[in-house]
Amino acid sequence: MKKNIIFGSFLLLSIIIAFRLLYLVIDPANKDTASNNVMKYEVVYPARGLIFDRNGEIIVSNLISYDISVTPREMNAFDTTEFCQIFKISREVLTERLNDINKRRRQIGFRSVSLIKQASAEEHALFKEKQYKFTGFSSIPRTIRSYPRNLGGNLLGYISEVDSAFLRRNPEYRQGDYTGITGIEQSYEPFLKGRKGNSVFLRNVHNQIVSSYNNGANDLKAIPGKDLVSTIDANLQEFAERLMVNKVGSIIAIEPQTGEILCMVSSPGIHVNQLANINKHFVSLATDPFKPMFNRAVMSSYPPGSVFKVVNGLIALQEGVITPETRFGCSLGYHAGGLTVGCHTHSSPTDLVQSIQMSCNAYYCNTFRAILDSRKYNRAGDALSAWGNHVRSFGLGQKLGSDFPSEQTGTIPTTSYYDRIYRSRWGSLTVISLSIGQGEIGATPLQLANLAAIIANRGYYITPHIIREIKDTIVDRSAYTQRHYTSIDPIHFEPVVEGMYLAVNGGGGSTARWSRLSKIELCGKTGTAENPHGNKRDHSVFICFAPRENPKIAIAVYVENAGFGATWAAPIASLVTEKYLTGTNSRTDLLNWILNGNLQNNVLRP
Amino acid sequence: MKTRHFFKKLDWIIICVFLALVLIGWFNIFASIYDDTEGGTLLDIFDTSQRYGMQFLWIVGAMIVAIACLLVDSKVYSVFAWLIYLASILSLVAVLIFGITINGSKSWFDIAGIRLQPAEFAKVACSLALARIMSFHDFKLRTFSGLVTVVGIMLLPAVLVLLEPETGLALVFAAFFLVLYREGLSGWVIVFGIFTVMLFILSIIWEKTDILILVTAACALAYGLFSRKWGYLLGFAALFALSWWLLPDYLLKNMRIGNDYLFLLLLLPFVLIGCFYAFRSRIHSLWAVILCACVSILIVFSVDYFINSVLQPYQKMRIHILLGMEQDLQGAGYNVHQSKVAIGSGGWAGKGFLKGTQTRYNFVPEQTTDFIFCTIGEEWGFLGSSVLIILFLILFYRILLIAERQKDSFVRIYGYCVASCIFFHFFVNISMTIGLMPVIGIPLPFISYGGSSLWAFTILLFVLLKLDASRQ
Repeated sequence: MKKNIIFGSFLLLSIIIAFRLLYLVIDPANKDTASNNVMKYEVVYPARGLIFDRNGEIIVSNLISYDISVTPREMNAFDTTEFCQIFKISREVLTERLNDINKRRRQIGFRSVSLIKQASAEEHALFKEKQYKFTGFSSIPRTIRSYPRNLGGNLLGYISEVDSAFLRRNPEYRQGDYTGITGIEQSYEPFLKGRKGNSVFLRNVHNQIVSSYNNGANDLKAIPGKDLVSTIDANLQEFAERLMVNKVGSIIAIEPQTGEILCMVSSPGIHVNQLANINKHFVSLATDPFKPMFNRAVMSSYPPGSVFKVVNGLIALQEGVITPETRFGCSLGYHAGGLTVGCHTHSSPTDLVQSIQMSCNAYYCNTFRAILDSRKYNRAGDALSAWGNHVRSFGLGQKLGSDFPSEQTGTIPTTSYYDRIYRSRWGSLTVISLSIGQGEIGATPLQLANLAAIIANRGYYITPHIIREIKDTIVDRSAYTQRHYTSIDPIHFEPVVEGMYLAVNGGGGSTARWSRLSKIELCGKTGTAENPHGNKRDHSVFICFAPRENPKIAIAVYVENAGFGATWAAPIASLVTEKYLTGTNSRTDLLNWILNGNLQNNVLRP
Repeated sequence: MKTRHFFKKLDWIIICVFLALVLIGWFNIFASIYDDTEGGTLLDIFDTSQRYGMQFLWIVGAMIVAIACLLVDSKVYSVFAWLIYLASILSLVAVLIFGITINGSKSWFDIAGIRLQPAEFAKVACSLALARIMSFHDFKLRTFSGLVTVVGIMLLPAVLVLLEPETGLALVFAAFFLVLYREGLSGWVIVFGIFTVMLFILSIIWEKTDILILVTAACALAYGLFSRKWGYLLGFAALFALSWWLLPDYLLKNMRIGNDYLFLLLLLPFVLIGCFYAFRSRIHSLWAVILCACVSILIVFSVDYFINSVLQPYQKMRIHILLGMEQDLQGAGYNVHQSKVAIGSGGWAGKGFLKGTQTRYNFVPEQTTDFIFCTIGEEWGFLGSSVLIILFLILFYRILLIAERQKDSFVRIYGYCVASCIFFHFFVNISMTIGLMPVIGIPLPFISYGGSSLWAFTILLFVLLKLDASRQ
C-alpha cells in the first residue's frame, strides 16, 4: 500500500536525521568549540617574586608596565600622530605594526592583539586620559623587572617574552608569558613566576563581554611568585664590580662554611638598565667584542696557573711521595734532559711551606714527577688516573652542581686522553706542565673559589650556591648543606695553609706580600697563568681566604691578560676581603690604583 | 447536539501535537534570544518588543485563524478552491510589484507594520487546487494532459516565488510529487527523480569522464540484461575500451577537445549500433535503456551550466561546502558549522533551558527562524531533539491516517498535500542545520519564528481537521 511506503520513507528519513544527531552528539570537538566560542579567558598576570640580598635589601623588584592591545574589528580611524606621541614611537613603526595586523585580520577575528609592549605608567596614564579617542584599544597591566641598584647584571639574569621554540619545549607556557633567560631568573623560574590567574567571561559573537561566567566561581586568582633571599652581599657585589671596571675577568667570593656565594662578578657585565629592557639592547650586547653576556665566572675555563700547585702539593702528601719536610732545590727552574721549566729568583732549596710561599716551579715539577713515577703504580698512566681522581674530588673538571645555570665543567686531562695523543708513549716529563697548572688543564673561576673554600675548610666544601631561601616554600635544600670531603686527609692541609699565610704575610720572597692586611690574617696563593691563545700577556690569578682561623670568606680573582697574579688579582682580592670583613678600605692608594687600572685593551690586542 | 458531534469527530491527537509544537517553538524562540544580564524575569516572554513576545501574538492569532478554519463550512474549501488559488497567484504577482525587500528578496507585504509573506500561504492554495482538480471524476493523472495540468498548477506559484527570489520556498512545491505518487503516478518517476539528483551530485564531485564511464557501464549492463547478447556486448565493450586507451594521445594532440567530448565521440558509433539492434530485435526495453543513457549524459553535461549560470554564487558555495569540496568556517560555511557545534555541544540531555551558549550569544545566525532547531538541540540535547522528531512523526502518521479514511477523494488528496508539505519543511530544515543538506532558507513548521509561516501551516492543518470532522 502506497500509504505505508510513504510513511515508511518518512520514518527512514527521520531515522537518518536521528543518526546524524547521534554522530554530532558523540563528537567531543563540538563541546570544545562551543566553550571556546563563548568563554573568554582574561589572563591576570602575577607579580614575579622579588630577590633580596643576604642582608634583606631588595636587589630585584617589580615595576608595573602596560601592554596596549587592539581589537582590529573594533578599531576606528584614530589620530596616529597623537598615538605616536603618547607612546614615543615613530609613525613608521606604528604603520608597520598596523599593516601587519591588517594582513592577519581574518586570522585574528574578534580577538585582540598586542600593539605596544611595556608602556610605562606615565604613558599609560596619558593613554587612559585619551582612550575615548582610540576605540578598540585596551591595556593589560604587566610587571617588568626593576633594579634599585646597579649590581649583578650577569648573575641575576633577565626575563623575556617566550618565543616559539621555548613554547614547543614548555607547553605549559602561553604566548605573551615571560620567562627567566639566564642567571637566577632562569634557575629559579618555577618559583619566581607564580601562577597566572584568569577571569572567565561569557562573550557573544561580537566578542563583547556579556557576563561573568558562573558569577566568577571559575575565576582563578593570580598567585604572586615566591620571593628569593640570595646569598649575595649587595654592597660587596657592587664594590667588586667597581674594582673590575675596565678589566676583563671575574671575582667570586664564597663563605666557606656554608658554600654561600657572597659575590660573583663577570666583567665586563651587563648594566641593569640594559637588563630591564633587554630586547632593546640585545643586539649591541651580543655584538660587543668583550662579550658582556658571557658569564665568565661560571662559563669560562682558564688555566689555573700556580694556584693549582696547592692541589698538587696536597695530592703528593696524600700519596706519601713527599712530607712537609721534603726539600727540592731550584736553580732558576727545573732541568731534566733538554727540558727546562723556568722559575724566578728565590732562596733554595725549599720545603713545602716555602714552595707555596715563594711559588717555586721546580719544587712542583719534582713533586709531580714523584707522584706519577711512584712505585705504587705500574705506569705513569695509572698514577695519572689516581691523580685525576684526587683532583676531581676538589670539584675540578666537573660541574659543581650549583644552583646557577650554564655552569661549565672545566677540564682535567685523563690517561686515555694522553694515550690517544701520544699513542701511549708518554711519561711524567711529557705532562710536566700540569705540575704548575698549565697545559691541558682548565678551571672556572667558580671552581677556583671553591678550591679556596676547601683549603679554608681544611678539606671539604659545600656546593656553592646563590640562593639561601625561597620564602614561604619548603624545598629540599640538602644539596646545599652537605659537606663534600676531598680525598685528601684534613691533616695535610695545615702546611698548605701555612704556606698560603706566608705567601701574603711572610718576609722576602713571599709572592703576595703587597696585598697583606694589617689586622686580618689573609692566606692566599698567586698565579700567573700563561695564556694559551697567542702571545698576549699572562692572566693574573689569585685565590685566598681570611681570616686564617675560622675563615669567613674565600675568594678567587681572575683578571685576563693583566700580568702577574701579585700585581692585579691579589690586591683586588685583598680589597674585597677587607671590605667584607671590616666594611671599609684603609688603603686609598691601592684602591685608587685598582679603580683606575685599565687592562681591558690587553684582551683585544692581537 | 450537532456541535458535540463535531467536537467528538475532531482529531484531538493532532490538535495536541499542534499545541505542543507551537509551545515548544515559542519557548525556544524565547531561549535563543532572551537576555537576562539586566535582571529580566521569565515573564518577559510576553514582552512584544522582542521576537518571543511577538511570537505570542502570532500564536494567539493562529488560534483565532484555527478556530475560523473550523467554523467555515467545509464545502467552501472545495467550492472556492480555484478562487483561493487565483487570489494566491495574484498575491504572488502583487508582491513582486508592491512588496518590500528584506535580505534581497522581494517577498513581503507590509500592512500597518505587520509583515506577511504570500509565498507561505500559496502552499495552502496550491494544495486546495491540486485536491480540487485531481478529485474530478473524469480526471486521469496518467494522461499527458492530466500530468501537464497538475504540474502546471504546482509550477506556476513555484516560478513566481522563484522570481522573488525565495529558492527554498519555491522548492517546497516539488513536495507535491509525493501526492501524485499516491494518486497513481508511477513510482519510477520518484526513482528517476532521486537518480537524477544522485547523478547531479556525483557530477559535481567527480571528473566528468569518470561519471560518463560509470553511466555507460551501467547502461551497457542493462542493455545486456534485456538483449541477452553478452558475446557481442563484451566484444564491443573491449573494442571501445581499446579505442579509448589507444586513441586519445593521438587525437588530443591534434584536436582541441576535452577528454569528456572525446569520450562521447567514441561512444557515438556504439550507440548507433545499439539503436540498430533495438530496431531489428523490436525489444522496447532497449530503447528505454538508450534513452536513459542519453538523458543521463545530458544531465551530466548540464550540471556545469546549471551550477555556474543558474545558481547564485552563494548557492553554489553552499552546495560545495555541503559536499565537503570546500571548507570556509569563517565565511559561507559558518552557519552550518556553528549550528552543528551548537547541537553537538548539547550532548545527550542538553545544557538546560536558557543555558545554551551557542544560540544565546548569537554564534548561530538566524537562530529564531531557520536555525531554531539548534536551540532545541543545544538546550534539550539528543533527548529533546528526538522528542521533537517523534512529535512530528505522530503528526505525519495521523495526517496520513486521516487522509486514507476519507471517502471523498478531495479530502484524501488534500491530506496528502498537507503531509508532504509539512514533511518537506521538517526534513529539509533539520537536515540543513545538521549539515545533511545545503542551507535552504525554509522554516521549521510551527516552531520557527514568523507569523506567515505559523499561520499558513495552521490553516493548512486546520482545514484538513475541518474537512475530516465533517466527513459523512
